[in-house]
Amino acid sequence: MLNEAGGQAVAVFEARGLTKVYPMGEVQVQALRGVDLDLYQGEFVVLLGPSGSGKSTLLNILGGLDTPTDGTVRYGEHDLSVYDDAALTRYRREHVGFVFQFYNLIPSLTARENVALVTEIAPHPMRPEEALALVGLADRMDHFPAQMSGGEQQRVAIARAIAKRPQVLLCDEPTGALDVQTGVLVLDAIARVNRELGTTTVVITHNAVIAEMADRVIHLSDGLVASVQRNTRKKAAAELRW
Amino acid sequence: MPMRAIDRKLWRDLWQMRGQALAIALVVMCGVGTYIMFLTTLDALRATQDTYYREYRFAQVFSSLKRAPESLRQRILEIPGVDQAETRVVAQVKLDMPDFFEPVTALMVSIPDSGHLGLNALYLRQGRLVAPGRADEVVASAPFAEAHGLQLGDRFHAILNGRRQALTLVGTALSPEHVQQLRPGSVFPDYKRYGVLWMGRQALGQAYGQQGAFNDVALSLAPGGDAREVIDRLDEILKPYGGLGAIERKDQRSHRFLSEELQQLGMLANMFPGIFMGIAAFLLNVVITRLVGMQREQIATLKAFGYGNAAVLGHYLKLVAVIVCAGIISGVALGVWLGKLLAGIYMEFYRFPYLKFALHPEAVVQAALISLFAAAAGTLFAVWRAAALRPAEAMRPEPPARYRETWVERLGLKRWLSQPTRMIVRHIQRRLVKSLLTVLGIALAAGTLMTGFFQQDTMNYMINVQYGMSQREDLSITFTEPTARRAMFELQGLPGVEHVEVFRAVPVRLRHGHRSYRTVIRGIEPGGDIQRLLDAELRPVRLPEDGVLLTDYLGYLLDVRPGDRLVVEVLEGNRPVREVTVVGLVKEYMGVSGYMDLAALNRFMREGPAISGAYLSIDSAYLQEIFNTLKGMPRVAGVAQRAQEIRNFKRVMKETMLFFSYVATVFSMIIAFGVVYNSARIALTEGSRELASLRVLGFTRAEISYILLGELGILTLLAIPLGLWLGRWLCFYIAINLQNDLYRVPLILEPATYAFAAAVVLISAVLSALVVRRKLDHLDLIAVLKTKE
Repeated sequence: MLNEAGGQAVAVFEARGLTKVYPMGEVQVQALRGVDLDLYQGEFVVLLGPSGSGKSTLLNILGGLDTPTDGTVRYGEHDLSVYDDAALTRYRREHVGFVFQFYNLIPSLTARENVALVTEIAPHPMRPEEALALVGLADRMDHFPAQMSGGEQQRVAIARAIAKRPQVLLCDEPTGALDVQTGVLVLDAIARVNRELGTTTVVITHNAVIAEMADRVIHLSDGLVASVQRNTRKKAAAELRW
Repeated sequence: MPMRAIDRKLWRDLWQMRGQALAIALVVMCGVGTYIMFLTTLDALRATQDTYYREYRFAQVFSSLKRAPESLRQRILEIPGVDQAETRVVAQVKLDMPDFFEPVTALMVSIPDSGHLGLNALYLRQGRLVAPGRADEVVASAPFAEAHGLQLGDRFHAILNGRRQALTLVGTALSPEHVQQLRPGSVFPDYKRYGVLWMGRQALGQAYGQQGAFNDVALSLAPGGDAREVIDRLDEILKPYGGLGAIERKDQRSHRFLSEELQQLGMLANMFPGIFMGIAAFLLNVVITRLVGMQREQIATLKAFGYGNAAVLGHYLKLVAVIVCAGIISGVALGVWLGKLLAGIYMEFYRFPYLKFALHPEAVVQAALISLFAAAAGTLFAVWRAAALRPAEAMRPEPPARYRETWVERLGLKRWLSQPTRMIVRHIQRRLVKSLLTVLGIALAAGTLMTGFFQQDTMNYMINVQYGMSQREDLSITFTEPTARRAMFELQGLPGVEHVEVFRAVPVRLRHGHRSYRTVIRGIEPGGDIQRLLDAELRPVRLPEDGVLLTDYLGYLLDVRPGDRLVVEVLEGNRPVREVTVVGLVKEYMGVSGYMDLAALNRFMREGPAISGAYLSIDSAYLQEIFNTLKGMPRVAGVAQRAQEIRNFKRVMKETMLFFSYVATVFSMIIAFGVVYNSARIALTEGSRELASLRVLGFTRAEISYILLGELGILTLLAIPLGLWLGRWLCFYIAINLQNDLYRVPLILEPATYAFAAAVVLISAVLSALVVRRKLDHLDLIAVLKTKE
């Protein structure tokens, strides 16, 4: 497939006919209804959509946290849809970085140790200090989560996610629990990682403003891709206000 | 009326936490169960003893004598404070039981020809009393008759004062005087080899030359009668008639053993339920505090809906009450069942005609209150903390918990610790008190586990010392009366007899200052190989040429040290009173007595070389032949076989102590599991979010299991040594409390006992870990990303 810019780009993910049905008691909830999607090396994608549009389900499947009911999702040469639990764990461990709305840091570990938690088990990690410097926390490395602000905690979470040098960084509402100013700092850190490490980055949000910093914006609605929009000019995080 | 929604929540919450609720209920059940078991058994035995003694007029003062005319009875009755006096003829006889080759000894007690016993009345189990004037009829103690399978009308032979006489069984009976039937010198009953028989007064009197006379008397006291004064007067009256010194009921053998046993049971009844209830209460408190703590958000939600603090508190109290009540009810049922079982065992051991078993409501109320109070305290505290928050605040995620580096890391070990290991040690340190309490709970369970086995260890050790190192004869023989030393040669000449050592036993009362003790001084042969005395390190002691050695505990009772002088009142013959020097103390775990060189004792008694009996080592192939010969020797009053003593010892231990050991062991196992499982389960609930986050980051199941179970593992490993140490103290406490003149229990714990306690705790930990591990595999990874804590 061609990059919309017309260039030959390498597709990191190729999703075809992705369907996800959750049994909820006696009702079947259709979260995804046949999504086709490609994500390319190094691009910054924002997934926009209202609650229940299926964006988190899609992210979970891309991140190896869930498997599709039907359809395929290829990560490079590999078909994630047939992976078992152990293979998915290895996939997450080696290739995926996650950033969550509520940071999910380990409160008993310092910033440096939270990052080290991941670098200790990844094959080609950067040093925890390097990762923390990348998100602007070089001077807060020995602080415990309880000693940091929400924005700082989220930046630790980003450092933790990228320290393994993942091919893909998946962020689920990374600014959802933050105020505008700290939110901007966090988004800036994500953009910087995307730019400097070339990590394919997917950010879920229902804050449309954030879409302005993406290469591509994918709108999901009712379990389907409603539209794909390409930004001609990516804004810097500092330019965003909401 | 439909169930209110909040009550439905209660039942669903309970169902959700069923595993934990069950573990808590089981622990409460064990606590309440032991409490009820011990108290009901103790109450039942005490009530039975009281009623039986009262209804069957158990006497209060007893004395044996040589021979006194019946007319003396009147003088005895005139002693102030005496209510009734029962004179009788008592003799130890040898029996020849059909189909039983071993010698059997019986205590033959006369009953008035009128059949009416004013004191120590018989409870007739079967048949009738002896018909007046019948010299060939006897009533046998029921356990003796049972042991020999005797039916009414069966005949057997007795050697009465050297004359063989045929006897017919006409009845079986129980007597308050022989609740515990012990052959003199034994600690355990052996109904096959020792029994009590009742015979007509006239017939027995005739056989023993006691016509119109008596050689034993039992008295009851009038209200306000003083036993001490009565005894002094009685001794005075009986002195010319060869009185051996009267004793109070508290020194009467059967009563003595029964009271010791009850006292022991009372000690256990205080200690064990205390430990079990304590652990149960502690566990309830911890678990419930944490359970309710986990429901912080739900409490906020309930409050947001407009439920008041009281309603919220009520809700959780109800939840806890359901769990605890389930434990209490099952515990009471279990306790009653076990109590009946235990009382049944004691009934076998002590022959009561009936058992007054009653469940006292106070015991149930106490047990219930302790459990409920412990649970309510935990709940109140936890709900209070949760309810004190404003709903909005409580619904917000809790700020990250505060952690810091632990001292383990500051010691410089940090770089050796992986991040997961750091998580474990920091978590333990942050919840130090809770962690310590968990350790303590597990440790107590391990400690109680040891107490069950301690009794076996120490009994085996006692048998080993008593029968393996000290009393090493195959047979011990007692003569009817002091006999010339040459009787030894007759024994030595028997085929199969390898070695003979003789002894002289003199009944005495030892006095030192205001303290006195009635026992025997045993004269034994110096350098003997069969009968040896041991010092505190269990090395054989050389017998001094003069002076007396005392059992260490007797030294303690009389407050004497080597070098002190003792007053010896001899209780036989012309009853001289002399002094002797204590030259040393010897270690003995069973009974207390004095020991002298045989020749020294003969000198002390100013008699020739007399002996009271002999110890034999024999070739066991000749056992039956030797028994047959001994039965035919008129001088031989009784024969005891060491192997049989050991068997009796073990049998009784098995029946009484082991039951208790099993109960203690099973309950401790349940408690160990309850503590460990609950700790693991709570750790899982508290840590599930963190663990799920780690799974998302790519940690495997094994890796997160390490984080969760590592903490439990460390706590368990810390708890085990502490538990073994605590267990040793508990056993020490039991041993100290079991110390009396009948036996002293040494603190002996085999390595296997430590190993067993540690293994049970480890197995509980592993089982709990497996259960929790299964739950870890079902962590909801996605939910954790979407929800705050």
